[in-house]
Amino acid sequence: MIVATVLPFAAGAFALALLLNLYRLLRGPGLADRILALDTLYINSLALLVLLGIRFGTAVYFEAALVIAALGFVGTVVLAKFVRHGDIVE
Amino acid sequence: MQLPLVLDLLLALLIGVGAGFALIGSYGLAKLSDFFKRLHGPTKATTLGVGCVLIASMLYFTFRPGTGGASLHELLIALFVFLTAPVSAHLLVKAALALDPGARPAPPQQRARKPGV
Repeated sequence: MIVATVLPFAAGAFALALLLNLYRLLRGPGLADRILALDTLYINSLALLVLLGIRFGTAVYFEAALVIAALGFVGTVVLAKFVRHGDIVE
Repeated sequence: MQLPLVLDLLLALLIGVGAGFALIGSYGLAKLSDFFKRLHGPTKATTLGVGCVLIASMLYFTFRPGTGGASLHELLIALFVFLTAPVSAHLLVKAALALDPGARPAPPQQRARKPGV
């Protein structure tokens, strides 16, 4: 079972990616850097959830991943619009 | 879980490549020097990595013993991520340019037009 051997390493790589995103989120000099780091954090955690779904063999994690994808996109758009216009609804 | 060897290898390759891409994209986000350079990592590499992982998940849940039919859940997530990543990147660039108008590069110089062309 090669997949079962690869999965922990892949999860470790994603965890490292999340840590790098967190570094940019806390450190990032500009506001746009922080929003970008938050967006990447969403996408990486989505992939980590899908990996967990493969590992445990359940389809429960898809719904969580889908919700994260939708809300992450909405959050990024809202933050970017707020930075640009100072208002969310024009 | 019992899978045929070819499928097992393919899944391991997809998951490994996907994790590598995501790690490289996030490393680029942490490492590069400028916001507009940093934008390249997440919007290209990380999205590709997530796509690889989603394809692997789709294959696994389709060919896993005991399940009938294709698993199309992941297609939904993949479609959504691939559609929204360029949009959010575009909005982020516009926000960054609004925050710092000096970051916009100067327009190229108007070249003198050759006569007769």
